Amino acid sequence: MKAYLFVFAALMALLGATLGLAFLDLGALNLVAALAIAAAKAALVLLFFMHLRESDGLAWIAVGAGLTWVAILFGLTFVDYGSRPSPRAPVTEIVGPLPGALGESPSDAAPVK
Amino acid sequence: MKSYLTDGVTVRSWLLTRDHKRIAWLYLTAATFFFFVGGTAALLFRLELLTPHADFFGADNYNKLFTIHGIIMVFFFLIPSIPGVFGNFLIPLMIGAEDVAYPRINLLSWYLYIGGGLLAMAAILLGGVDTGWTFYTPLSSIYLNTYVTLAICGIFINGFSSILTGLNFVTTIHRLRAPGLYWHRLPLFIWSMYATSVIMILGTPVIAITLLLVVAERALHLGIFDPRLGGDPLLFQHLFWAYSHPAVYIMILPSMGVVNEIIACFARKRIFGYSFVAYSSLFIAILGFLVWGHHMFVSGMSMYAGMVFSLLSYLVAVPSAIKVFNWTATLYRGRITLSTPMLYALGFIGLFTMGGLTGIMLAALPVDVHVHDTYFVIAHFHYIMVGGAVMGYLGALHFWWPKMTGRMYPDNWGRLAAAILFFGFNLTFFPQFILGYLGMPRRYHAYPPELQVWNVLSTAGASILGVGYLLPFAYLLWSLRWGARAGPNPWGATGLEWRKTSSPPPTANFEESPVVTEEAYAYE
Amino acid sequence: MNERARGNSILGMWIFIATEIVFFGVLLLSYAIYRWAYPYGFAEASGHTQLLKGTLNTAVLLTSSLTMALAVREASTGRPGKAQSVWLLATAALGAAFLVIKGFEYRAEFAEHLVPGPGFVYPGPLRGQVEIFFKLYFTLTGIHAIHLTIGCLLVLWCARAARAPIEGVGLYWHFVDLVWIFLYPLIYLVKRCG
Repeated sequence: MKAYLFVFAALMALLGATLGLAFLDLGALNLVAALAIAAAKAALVLLFFMHLRESDGLAWIAVGAGLTWVAILFGLTFVDYGSRPSPRAPVTEIVGPLPGALGESPSDAAPVK
Repeated sequence: MKSYLTDGVTVRSWLLTRDHKRIAWLYLTAATFFFFVGGTAALLFRLELLTPHADFFGADNYNKLFTIHGIIMVFFFLIPSIPGVFGNFLIPLMIGAEDVAYPRINLLSWYLYIGGGLLAMAAILLGGVDTGWTFYTPLSSIYLNTYVTLAICGIFINGFSSILTGLNFVTTIHRLRAPGLYWHRLPLFIWSMYATSVIMILGTPVIAITLLLVVAERALHLGIFDPRLGGDPLLFQHLFWAYSHPAVYIMILPSMGVVNEIIACFARKRIFGYSFVAYSSLFIAILGFLVWGHHMFVSGMSMYAGMVFSLLSYLVAVPSAIKVFNWTATLYRGRITLSTPMLYALGFIGLFTMGGLTGIMLAALPVDVHVHDTYFVIAHFHYIMVGGAVMGYLGALHFWWPKMTGRMYPDNWGRLAAAILFFGFNLTFFPQFILGYLGMPRRYHAYPPELQVWNVLSTAGASILGVGYLLPFAYLLWSLRWGARAGPNPWGATGLEWRKTSSPPPTANFEESPVVTEEAYAYE
Repeated sequence: MNERARGNSILGMWIFIATEIVFFGVLLLSYAIYRWAYPYGFAEASGHTQLLKGTLNTAVLLTSSLTMALAVREASTGRPGKAQSVWLLATAALGAAFLVIKGFEYRAEFAEHLVPGPGFVYPGPLRGQVEIFFKLYFTLTGIHAIHLTIGCLLVLWCARAARAPIEGVGLYWHFVDLVWIFLYPLIYLVKRCG
């Protein structure tokens, strides 16, 4: 019982932390910090509320397999997007096809209304 | 003792059964129906392709025919058939259990299959879909007004059938094995089904959400694939193939598992390199998740990603090759009987190898640039899906038929049908390699006149295939009433399903719970 | 339920959770691709989400996980009494509260013309990118809400039926919370500084 309350308190503290950190300008680290805190919350829920710690190895494998496959999906898909000409555009009128998506280079991406 | 077939004779006792063996029959009935629907669509468009011009069908109707063929065959035959029929029937028997871990969910899986199938049939009967089974956006999400949403709903619901079946099998194999049945004593069919189940569990959700996004775009304007609005159609392709490539391993792994059982029995030998074959199933499953981009080499995906996926695709061929080497080594110096199941298994090995080798050709970027979206690709995957998976399915049907029904079919008819199928298959699909190499695109109803001779050969082969498939349908049904009664183990095979229970088995599978003391394939 | 059946039911739910991880993972991948492509649009769009309601909802769900864990703990003693029902009903109530707050959020977004489709209105050059953000927002939160609703029904089932698989339902509930734990920063906190 006590353990659950401690975990709950930690979760709420992490919620406060993620909210607070969002108001600081950390550049790229904002995303990293937010995801790290979310991962920490997730770990707490998994290990304590879902009893993953006391669970059969199979439960660990199920979660691990799901996460691994999602990681592969992210990784290999970004191999594609990351190696196309960069689609990042400065603030502009355009919303058009991601440059390279249709086989063109960024300089071809003409403004489309 | 009552067999599972006579234990309750009402329709209700079949439609509300929790017996995995009866559920297998439910799947068999439905799968056979869908196979003939998909096959009819194929015969129709092969008829159209007899001449270079449009004869019976214009472009739109032709598109509907190949779409129907693809959707029905992939989602409603190949993916559910061996898991639904033979996975269900055999897994509990092979591991010495009374049933699967979740019998009621097993029945639910069948109803989801039927429900999805009915929606797909409705889409066909109401006017059809013409996106191709691949549903590429933005054609499917924005431009077409055919029954895309209905067809997708059918596939979506069917996906849950797949997921629940996989979940059931994994739990069953982990937790319901008989005493003494360590993992390395399991029949290799079980290893294959386990690997298949992993793919079903992890892969299917991907297509579920992907197709849902297409429906969301059609119905609610919640689309993210529209290039006019900054979306990327290629994202759909990534997500679609991220399932559909592993899906092809769902279609082939069970057949590979079947081949193990048949070859060991009819060569009277242990499978050579048991561990290699067992682990190769797991590696095929794992590596199969890494290669989906090879369907997208010419889509606009970056060339560097193409190289990565090409390399990974070469890797996935290795465990498949390992299996072929092991089967060959098993056959070497075996005491071979060319029974009907053995003919299918041997056919599988040869045809799957051809399909696999042409897959390696396709994995090479420079080759794929020329033959992508041509009949070369069609031939490649039909060698695997039909020459491989369907042969495996028929081999399983002929091998376990006596166990499932307690009847033997006439082996001569069986062998004749197998020979006709082998011949018809090659006549249908080998010319398609040539057609693809000569540049005939897929999904076209008209083609340059100089390609006609190959198309005529292919259509001739398709007709022979059609006859070939009708034969087993006929003599197997005949055997139910007039076939010779089979004993518990007419083939003299190893395995709990053959050695420890009758043909057909009782509802609870075993009169007494078996205890396993020897390795698998303990032949002589 | 005997020990073995209980074990099977828990294992089954873990495997099902694996499928849900993949299901939401694909949606998050779509989000990641477009956020990576349109960082300014996503930053601006996130500023138009209802931070207060979103944060409150996160707290609500975290609390509901606590009450669910307490309910399952009662069940594991083997003599679940009224306490179990109380915790289960609290969980369902918190779930319902989440949905109500979400409903208010959607209403506000509708009023601000941020619902994608023909009614979407947004000034400025980043209109298209903001619309993509909101397409993903409604898809993600909509599908999450559907899962949450199913969860509430399952929890109520457990409160009524002694034989319901409460550990399995608990795992499902916590998973729905896990999804939200990731959705919260990705939706509401893309850029809140300056």
